Amino acid sequence: MKTTLKLTAVLAAALLLSCGGKEEKKKEGFSYEKKATTEQTVKKEETVPASKRIDLNNKGIGPITSIELEAEIDQTMAAHGADIYKKMCTACHRPDKKFIGPAPTGILERRSPEWIMNIILNPEEMVQKDPLAKALLIEFNGSPMANQNLTQEEARAVLEYFRTLK
Amino acid sequence: MKNIIKLVTATLSVLIAFTSCNNSKQSSSGALASNVADKVYVAPGEHDEFYAFISGGFNGQLSVYGLPSGRLFKVIPVFSQDAEKAYGYSEETKPMLNTSYGFIPWDDLHHPDISQTNGKLDGRYVFVNGNNTPRIAKVDLTTFETTEIIEIPNSAGNHSSSYVTDNTEYVVAGTRFAVPIPQKDIPIKEYKGNFKGTLSFIKVNPEDGGMSIKFQLLMPGFDYDKAHPGRGKSHGWFFFTTYNTEEASTLLEVNASQNDKDFIAAVNWKKIEEYVNNGGGKTVPANYAHNVYDEHTQMATSTMKKEVLIVDPSEVPGAVYFLPTPKSPHGCDVDPTGEYIVGSGKLSANVTVHSYTKMIDAIENKKFAGEAYGIPILNFEDVLAGAVEQPGLGPLHTEFDNEGNAYTSFFISSEIVKWKLGTWEVLDRQPSYYSIGHLMIPGGNSQQPFGKYVVGLNKITKDRYLPTGPEVTQSAQLYDISGDKMELLLDFPTIGEPHYAAGCPADLIKPNSKKIYNLEDNKHPYATKSEADTKVVREGSVVHIYMTTIRSHFSPDNIEGIKVGDKVYFHVTNLEQDYDVPHGISMIGAKTSELLIMPGQTETFLWEPKQVGVWPFYCTDFCSALHQEMQGYVRVSAANANTPLKWSLGEDIE
Repeated sequence: MKTTLKLTAVLAAALLLSCGGKEEKKKEGFSYEKKATTEQTVKKEETVPASKRIDLNNKGIGPITSIELEAEIDQTMAAHGADIYKKMCTACHRPDKKFIGPAPTGILERRSPEWIMNIILNPEEMVQKDPLAKALLIEFNGSPMANQNLTQEEARAVLEYFRTLK
Repeated sequence: MKNIIKLVTATLSVLIAFTSCNNSKQSSSGALASNVADKVYVAPGEHDEFYAFISGGFNGQLSVYGLPSGRLFKVIPVFSQDAEKAYGYSEETKPMLNTSYGFIPWDDLHHPDISQTNGKLDGRYVFVNGNNTPRIAKVDLTTFETTEIIEIPNSAGNHSSSYVTDNTEYVVAGTRFAVPIPQKDIPIKEYKGNFKGTLSFIKVNPEDGGMSIKFQLLMPGFDYDKAHPGRGKSHGWFFFTTYNTEEASTLLEVNASQNDKDFIAAVNWKKIEEYVNNGGGKTVPANYAHNVYDEHTQMATSTMKKEVLIVDPSEVPGAVYFLPTPKSPHGCDVDPTGEYIVGSGKLSANVTVHSYTKMIDAIENKKFAGEAYGIPILNFEDVLAGAVEQPGLGPLHTEFDNEGNAYTSFFISSEIVKWKLGTWEVLDRQPSYYSIGHLMIPGGNSQQPFGKYVVGLNKITKDRYLPTGPEVTQSAQLYDISGDKMELLLDFPTIGEPHYAAGCPADLIKPNSKKIYNLEDNKHPYATKSEADTKVVREGSVVHIYMTTIRSHFSPDNIEGIKVGDKVYFHVTNLEQDYDVPHGISMIGAKTSELLIMPGQTETFLWEPKQVGVWPFYCTDFCSALHQEMQGYVRVSAANANTPLKWSLGEDIE
């Protein structure tokens, strides 16, 4: 209700301004305070968005329970992973910038390898049950993480490719 | 006059019979009701035991139901355009409806039959016939989509079709109307002797189900009504009912009901196949369409075939015989052992059953009663196994259970009658509401029936449901036949006229049902397999948009440089690789239907912009929480404008 009132006020103000008859260049669109005030005040302690949060102990939910990464990146596997990523993931994930979903650059500094593979292989259950995945779904406006039916081997290769994105 | 009295007496006796039957049932209906509900109740999330493929008759579609619940799962467009699925509207599927007469968007779809191996249902395909512009279609049961249609030349009112032999060696297509072959301009009155009927044998490739007309048998100018292949011991034969052996061309309701007996034509197709394989028959010019949908290119192609092989039965001794059968027989049904051939004379008081063994014996001993156009006629008494005496009025069609019982539908007396093969004794009768046509027991025309249910396909519904104006819902009814007596369990509405049906256990089909199309296997020439490859290409006034969809955006979603007068093809690939995530697309002003694109699939529609402006398109199938955000714009400039061709997605995203 309060928001509605505020909105009406802003709109009214905007209307008044335009009626003022000043010959300034007409601005495209309109603007008002888009950020909801409630969110800012109540959720103080959760200011770090889910995409920036670091949780290397959470392995997620899915077929991958434990995985050991070699010290050296397997470049052949990474190249294979890059190919799969290009075909199956780029519709929503750009490597280095937020798009429909978060960017994978530096993902291994924030997530465990198991969590990464589980979100690829088991996204439906993850966004329902894993707290981090749930928060990500909300942060990205409810855009679902699509299950692209990758095999474990393919998901593993994508993970190897992610290791090259720093 | 004598006949009329007989008819009235029979009607009265039947009426009395089932009135008394009703009375005895009524007393226990209360307790029965809850019991009956349990029998058709399939709990939420549970699956039905059987699939039923019920033809929609004049709607040209095939509907898929579950049994025992009667729930409708899918309407498969076969011979009719379907805007919901873009079948016959998308550029890929338009060729499916091509014929020698050009694009025909409708047909009258009649008799589905499921493919068989060793006389048992194998759940691979459903074959079905189009009557009006003679065609046979094949529906692939991994995708539940029509993947092949072959037109039948030298045929009209393609009706004694599309039944399959024990190993799906052949699908048959028999003509209802006799016509001049080849067609020519002659007086209709010159019907007799000049008009012919063809019985076409369509070879089915065992590997991929591909259809081709092996030969057409050139038969006398009767009407060929229904058919069934021999089973087991009679495998190698095919039986066709005929009517209008009078060869009348006008007022058939009187003129085609004169003869005391018409014929069942017994065709030894193995003999003819051998004759053809040895160079027999005559290749004649023809013109018919063969339309095939390729799952890999995801596109249908239509090829015009220019010749067909005709076989004159008088030139193949021992290939065709006529079995006299009273009067205007409709159903031509062979029992699971292959011994009995049941001819349901529509106007006969009895149901006639012929014996395969006696037929062979009569043939071997050359006991002929005469011949018609060079085809030997056997003696009625020599081939008769028995008759079900006055079981009801207007017998139409018989199916079988696995315990030696037969179930015949009676249109005029509106009932199903259960009787015993061999003794011909009537065991039970149940009324239908109303005027049953065909009936179906899953596997009931194969060597292995699943005798749990019979589905009655009714011609008249009247007061059974809430009224919906002059056109009421069409209706089927489900009966339990697992006990000694049949029990009516359920009425369920159907799409179109429920003309005929085939059913099979769900387990035969369920494990093979495709979930998605693999993007990797997509060989569509206009496929776009990743967003990086999306583009807009101009070739003169033709523009190809290579577009992709994924939850929840199109790529590209802003397109400029389109001009008035362009032909704009939207080739849209759904990049999703998950079960049950189709996307739709529709463009304002496009003179066609939406597309409904399954995961991994590419489909195309044509848009011809007529006005300058900025025109929106959007996703038509609810795909995610952000479905309502799934939209885009195309800028259309004047025909002579120089607006550069541009396309983008999310350019202003941070």
